[in-house]
Parts: sequence; C-alpha cells; structure tokens
Amino acid sequence: MNETLRHVRHVLTENPVTLGAAGLFVFFVLAALLGPSLAPYDPFASDAARALQPPSLRHWFGTDALGRDIFSRVLVATRLDMAIAVSSVILAFAFGTLAGLAAGFLGGATDQAIGRLVDTIMAFPLFVLAMGIVAALGNTVTNIVLATAIINFPLYVRVARAETAQRKSAGFIEAARLSGDGETAILFGQLLPNILPIMMVQASLTMGYAILNAAGLSFIGLGVRPPTPEWGIMVAEGAGLMISGEWWVALFPGLVLMLAVFCFNLLGDALRDIVDPRRRS
Amino acid sequence: MTALLDVINLQKIYPVGGGGKARGQLHAVDDVSFSIAPGETVGLVGESGCGKSTLVRLLARLHDPTAGAIHFGDTDLAGMKARGFARRPERAAIQMVFQDAGESINPRYTAFEAIAAPLRRLRGLRGTALQQRVEELADATGIPRALLGRFPHQLSGGQKARVGIARAIAVEPRLLILDEPTAALDVSVQVVILKLLMDLRQRLGLSYLFVSHDINVVRLICDRVIVMYLGKIVEQGPTAEVLGRPAHPYTRALLSAVPELTLEPPGPRPRLGGEPRSPINPDPKVCRFFGRCPDGRPACADSMPRLSPVGPGHLAACHFA
Repeated sequence: MNETLRHVRHVLTENPVTLGAAGLFVFFVLAALLGPSLAPYDPFASDAARALQPPSLRHWFGTDALGRDIFSRVLVATRLDMAIAVSSVILAFAFGTLAGLAAGFLGGATDQAIGRLVDTIMAFPLFVLAMGIVAALGNTVTNIVLATAIINFPLYVRVARAETAQRKSAGFIEAARLSGDGETAILFGQLLPNILPIMMVQASLTMGYAILNAAGLSFIGLGVRPPTPEWGIMVAEGAGLMISGEWWVALFPGLVLMLAVFCFNLLGDALRDIVDPRRRS
Repeated sequence: MTALLDVINLQKIYPVGGGGKARGQLHAVDDVSFSIAPGETVGLVGESGCGKSTLVRLLARLHDPTAGAIHFGDTDLAGMKARGFARRPERAAIQMVFQDAGESINPRYTAFEAIAAPLRRLRGLRGTALQQRVEELADATGIPRALLGRFPHQLSGGQKARVGIARAIAVEPRLLILDEPTAALDVSVQVVILKLLMDLRQRLGLSYLFVSHDINVVRLICDRVIVMYLGKIVEQGPTAEVLGRPAHPYTRALLSAVPELTLEPPGPRPRLGGEPRSPINPDPKVCRFFGRCPDGRPACADSMPRLSPVGPGHLAACHFA
C-alpha cells in the first residue's frame, strides 16, 4: 500500500502537467461540491441594467445578456455537468465491463450477440445517436445521462472483452481451477480484479468525452434547458454575441469546459502509468 | 499393485475450420492408454504439438475428453464435466505444476495468497491454521518466509517455481502433474528445483507425471517413460528399456537428438526430415509417423501399427519393432 502511494507521488511529480491536472481535478471537485455556496451572485438573478458588462473586478467573467454574473453561473454549472458525466460514466462502466467480461469469457453465442449490439451502436455517428436518443426519449437530464452512457458503452465492452479473452486461458486461471475455483469465482474473483484497473483508466479517459457530449447536447438545444446554468447552454447563448464583440459570454464557459476535458484526459494518462506494472520502477 | 491412475482409450478431438459446421477434426489426443502406479514417476516426452499438454490438461480435468476413461482410484473422472470438477472431492487429489511459473500466479496475488488459495477453497482453512500451513509449505519448498508478502513480479524465476510447487502440493494431491516445470528456468536453478521435486516425492509419497523435453532429466528421475507422437503413444515402458533399447524409430530419432559429451566421434545419427503429418482428419489406416520415418515402408500406409509388447513391460507401436 505504502509502495503504491509512493508510486502515485512519483507519477504526479514526474510530470508538472500531470500535477497541474491533479490540481485542476481538485478544483473541479470542490466547485461541484461547494459551487452554489461559493458563488458571489445568484446565478439566476437577472439585472437589465448590468447586461453584457465586460469582465471587471465586480464581475470576473463579465455578465450575460440578462445581466447575470457569468462567473457564478460557470461555478454553479460545475455540479450539473460533473453529475451528468460521472453518472453516465458509472453506467457505461458497470454495464460495459460486465458485458465485455461475459463476451470474452463465455465466447460463442453470447460473444456474438454482444459483439453485434456493439457494432450496431458503433455504426452510428455517436453524437448523432446521442441526439436521436434524447430527442426520442425526451428532453431531460436523465435522458442525457442515458444517451451519453449508451454511446460510451461500446468502448468499455471492447476493452473489457479483449482484456478478458487475453487472460481467460492464462496459467493463473488454470491454476485457479486447480485450486477449486468454479466458473463464477474465476470470472469475478480472478478475471474481474485483473481487468478492473484497465477499466478505471478507460473510465477516466471517457470522462472528458462524456462532459463534452453532455455540453454538446445542451449546446444544440437538447437536454438541459435555460435558464439552468450549464456550460454547453452558456456557450450557445454567447455564440451569437461573439460577432457583436461580447466575447466573454461564450469564452469563459467554453474555457472551463475545455479545462475539464483536458484535466480528465491527462489524469487518464497518469492513471494508466500508475496501473501499468511495467511502468513501475 | 492397483494403479493410481488408469487411462483407457482417451481421446480429445477439436473441431477446426468453423463457420458453425466444423469441417476438420483435430485429433489432439488419440486413443491413449496408460497407467501410473502409486509412488511412480512417469515421464511423458515428445515434440511440441504432439498432444502432451492436451493430455495432461485432460488428466488434470481442465478440459473434457471426447471419449475414453480416466480411472482414478475407484472413480472414472472422464465422466465428470470439467466445469463442475472444482467442487468434486477429487479436485485436490490431482494437482499440476505449470511450465511458466510466473504466468501461473495471479499478478495481483502475493506468494502467500497464491499458496493459500487452494487451502481456502479445498480445505476450508482460515486464520492462523491457514497461516501455519502456508508457512509450513514455504519451509518445505524452500521459500524464505520474508518473501511470502511479495508479488510475482518481485520474485525470481526459481522463487516463482517454488511458489507454484508449494501451491500444487498444498492440498496433498496423490498425483502431481509436472508440465515442463524447469523449462523456463536457468540451468543452475533447474537442478535445484528438480532436487526439490525428488525430495518431495519421497517425503510425501506422490506419483508424478513428468512432462519434459529434456531426455537426460527423464532418464534421471523417471521410472517409466511414455513417448508421444501426433496424439498417439508410440512407445512406453521402463526408462532403462525405452531409452536403452528404443524400439520405435521416432524414439530412436528423439534420443539421437540428445547432445552427448564423448571422446569418440559420434556415429551416424538418424535425422528426421520433412514435416509431421497433419493432425486434422488423419487417415486412421496410416501410421502417424509415415512420411517422416527413416524406416517407412508401404505397409505403414496400409494399417496403423498398434502398441504391442517388445520386451518386459515395454510396448511400441511399429510394424517393424
């Protein structure tokens, strides 16, 4: 355990970018947890007199067309965006890992069925599929989560299936059979713990994608509806104002969105280094 | 003396060339019969791909045979599905030491956990009883207790081999299958591990089925030898007989391939040319060695030679033995 901690510290300090990403991650977690109480202004309070003010000391990120404080809205939006991304990743992770484990371990008809399902999902342009799902099921946060989970599902299945198939006839699995492990024990006691770290890396890497997808859906008007503070909607609201010179309305939510995606992708890379035993010194 | 293990007409056929309807049948193990007496060490030799690994996995009940019987004591193990075998009382009685010791330990298990796994499952040991038994096994196999907390990637090849042996003998099997246990080790470590195995056989009264490529090791430690070629036993008998007076041309070729240190210039050695026949849909009338055999005659393509006695306890499958 101590050794693992030391290794984590090594990976973090080895690369300053990774350390920066870890710092950003802490910031995002804090913002998601405490956002509403930290926000200097009410994110819903509009004030026509203060509309479209550029960034200043009073309003760090400026104000939008309705005079709402953009900094407060960006801060408060963190919770919703993170919640959507985290719950969709958890869903895709759980079902994708189980399906991939079953496909890789059982093979045959199960593998065929799951493989075809995954191929079917992958046959669509994924963002268009997500749009279709939300449009068909209704414009709710639950459905954004569902759509994001569905388009991420194939990635988990493929990784889990490949990792399972590669290990299922390994010596340690035969040894486990000799030690009296039945099929269930092999599957959940031997194979799952061995592929779990790889799946965690996958989860971290798709997290950024999930955030982007949720924001993208809101940007085109699906999913979260105004006046709810959400990064995608805020970028959409500011997009039209860019031409008239009010750049801050779209820029700041977009920047935070970009940083969030960036942060999770970098953390995924770092996590892969931590998990991969070959990278251990 | 009643045999510990009696294998009768064991066969394993894999369907190949899929698409639902299998076009070919790969005869991995074909009509194999032999027995192992209690306390006996039987060597199993043959080139890569001859079905040794499949045969031992059938015996260890990791795979299901297509046909035949495996009598172990009073029970026929061939009738029990490999899937449910983990819960049979016979599970503990047949254990196996793998060729690649490193690969045979779960990378997330410490040496302690690897040795403890069969004790937990098959013996139900917990707590201090488990701790004691694992330490006892570590002592018996020469693993320093300090290393029990280490993961496989932190152990040397010899140490991993010891962990593999400790795990295999943990539940006191009656038959231990050794699948080239020293093939992946340094020569110096090989000797130490072989000594350990011989020592354990004596102390625990185990029977060994020893799969090896190394004829010299087989000569040293085995009571009897089985020679396999393309899924079939071509010769079997007491070690001194089979290696001293090989009756089958394949055994002769195998022995001539063993390097020797002699002062005299070596005599002519029979060499094998060509490729082995395909194990897929083999002609049941043609000797499996035909085409590669230096003594092959037309008769070899007319009928498959059967194992027949050529000496006391010594059988060979060749028309001209």
